[in-house]
Amino acid sequence: MSEKPKVGFYWCASCGGCEESVVDLAEGILDVVKAVDIVFWPVAMDFKRKDVEAMPDGAILATLLNGAVRSGEQEEMVRLLRRKSKLLIAYGSCAHTGGIPGLANQFSREEILKFVYQESPSTANEKNTRPQTRFAEEGRETHLPELHQVVRSLDQVVEVDYYLPGCPPTPNLLKNALGVLLSGKLPPKGAVLAPETALCNECPRKDSKPQDVAFKEFKRPHLARIETDKCILAQGFMCMGPATRAGCGAQCVQGNMPCTGCFGATSRVRDQGAKMLSSVCSNIDPKEEPEIDKVLEGIPDPVGTFYRYGLARSLLRRKVSTV
Amino acid sequence: MAGAMLNLIMENQTSTNGTASGFEPRIVAFFCNWCTYTAADLAGVSRLKYAANVRVVRVMCSGRVDPQFILDAFAKGADGVLIGGCHPGDCHYIEGNYKLLRRVRLLHRMLRDMGIEDDRFRLEWISAAEGEKVKTVINDMVEKVRKLGPLQLPQRFRDGDKELEGEQLKAEAAHV
Repeated sequence: MSEKPKVGFYWCASCGGCEESVVDLAEGILDVVKAVDIVFWPVAMDFKRKDVEAMPDGAILATLLNGAVRSGEQEEMVRLLRRKSKLLIAYGSCAHTGGIPGLANQFSREEILKFVYQESPSTANEKNTRPQTRFAEEGRETHLPELHQVVRSLDQVVEVDYYLPGCPPTPNLLKNALGVLLSGKLPPKGAVLAPETALCNECPRKDSKPQDVAFKEFKRPHLARIETDKCILAQGFMCMGPATRAGCGAQCVQGNMPCTGCFGATSRVRDQGAKMLSSVCSNIDPKEEPEIDKVLEGIPDPVGTFYRYGLARSLLRRKVSTV
Repeated sequence: MAGAMLNLIMENQTSTNGTASGFEPRIVAFFCNWCTYTAADLAGVSRLKYAANVRVVRVMCSGRVDPQFILDAFAKGADGVLIGGCHPGDCHYIEGNYKLLRRVRLLHRMLRDMGIEDDRFRLEWISAAEGEKVKTVINDMVEKVRKLGPLQLPQRFRDGDKELEGEQLKAEAAHV
């Protein structure tokens, strides 16, 4: 038996990009395997749930878990891995703050099921069949997990030790995190393993950010050209940099696209969307309501813009729904 | 600090909500030090009576009202949030109330998208001389929110999390 520390990877409601980001370590993954035993990684290795169940509690040093939690099965796996792991790490935006799946919290489960199984233009479902949690045929019974009413971040279900932000986290961040975990010099519980500064701080266009901004209009990246050498926010495109944690190396800006906020806020901010809304709106140029509203027309979807990755973990969490 | 204050306000309120006589809205008000808070003082010394459903938080300027305060108030159980500031052009800090106005314009839209009705969130310009306006605004808002009924986000959060308890019990049982 090897004495190497054990590490697990798991995914819940996610797109697979976080798994990809582990592979993005490239040959660096060999160093990882040299230092640790990967004991669970469904996307890449053939371990089963029963293998995890058979481990003593706390047998895994750290499980890096990506994806939001939105079904009974995910909840079950999350609780199992919590028990088996000394450290549980929310890996990526979805586990950290709900991520893109968290945007589903703008709708009730009923609205979602109705659209997906009945109303969407590509659906043919004359019998209005809905997914069932139980199905029996020829004496055999099958159980399926139930979709939760709400999409949750990992820490809304179980205790989380550390967070690795990003959609997905960058290989550098992962490498540093693994280094920290293996060093035994652990940061305080609950820490986000990324810098405590705003993205603007590491933005290559930082120097072109003017002292005062006065927005006369907001432009959208698919409808206007973004100049390559000037602060994107100052050009009137919604760049979430000021309200977003640094650590990614401003990759989107380097690709001439505005930051969409996937790293979440720094620890001094509770609600990233509210803070960004506050900052941007304060700097709108007009003073009269009709003109202010006209400028704000350039932000057609405030929830989707300011809470693209953070709705589930925001102060309001979900739409107040009567359905 | 405002968060801590909201905690206090909302904690002390639990007993006053949902009394036998029916629903009493809980409204958190942020009043600016120079105009609206002074106006509320004036309403007091003038012995004007207004609904006792409002808990006032004094801020130095309406521009100090971070949207996080507003969302936090709702999340902690407020049925409505009222902000009072100096009239446009009269801000003690020149621009603060304009900054707030711009935030409020978008916040209204965002709250609507999140299912929180317009009447639960209100901005009013009330000068230090307008004690009477404090009274009419508060009374009017309390009535409107009373009609809407309780928002009860903490209760909704708790109810929503009940779907987790089943799994938790199962997990604990398996653990024993």
